[in-house]
Amino acid sequence: MSLVVFSVLAAASVIFALLMVFTKNPVHSVIYLILTFFAIAGQYVLLNAQFLAVVHIIVYAGAIMVLFLFVLMLLNLNTAAEPTQSGRWKLGAAIAAGMLLVTFVGVLKGGIQLRETLHHDPQVGLVQNLGRVLFTDFVVPFEIAGILFLATMVGAVMVGKRDVKI
Amino acid sequence: MLDVVKTIPIDYYVYLSSLLFCIGVFGVLIRRNAIVVLMCVELMLNAVNLLLAAFSTYLSDAQGQIMVFFIMVVAAAEAAAGLGILVMIFRNTKSTDIYSLDNLRN
Repeated sequence: MSLVVFSVLAAASVIFALLMVFTKNPVHSVIYLILTFFAIAGQYVLLNAQFLAVVHIIVYAGAIMVLFLFVLMLLNLNTAAEPTQSGRWKLGAAIAAGMLLVTFVGVLKGGIQLRETLHHDPQVGLVQNLGRVLFTDFVVPFEIAGILFLATMVGAVMVGKRDVKI
Repeated sequence: MLDVVKTIPIDYYVYLSSLLFCIGVFGVLIRRNAIVVLMCVELMLNAVNLLLAAFSTYLSDAQGQIMVFFIMVVAAAEAAAGLGILVMIFRNTKSTDIYSLDNLRN
């Protein structure tokens, strides 16, 4: 049963990712990428990582992709006006990406020996457990992430201002 | 809840993540719109996130999921800063074509 769900979600994510790459219109690319993200969120739910699934939907589909869509609309790029790469370049890109995939699969095939967990804990991805780990073992990285956000916010505003003398 | 750990080998997640990552690489190589190139980078980050979450669940170790959380934080910051830079580039060159950015080439 879970194998069927996994297969459907995996096929959906791969198909939508390919459509995202091959669609000419950038706005359609954004929509297909959002659908890919929903399929990946389904994988998180299947892995019993509910916190990650919710955060993934909120952050990616809710914030990042809205930002992308907003910028596309702001720059008035919602037409298929993008020039395409030459055919020889596309062939080279396909060969390069395919070789990368072959390398990954060849290196990782059958070589994964997971350590035997004696009692598998299905509660590991819930909010209670993750919050405890985040605020005990990972407090310092959490605070540094806050500083990173502040720096990014200031940087984005400074870059986006029209007449700023640096 | 469905019991994923018993029924799906971890190899399937490895293959799925590799495939998504390579689709992202392919998109970065063939697209010329800089915004779509950034979106393909986001897809590659998501492939890595999925693999980290899968290993975290299979090993019952919460640290992998915390790492996914931090990758999401950095991805959000990267998207905001990158799109700010792209808006500025568009204001100066009137396009988001990556080939309009070869000023340093010669």
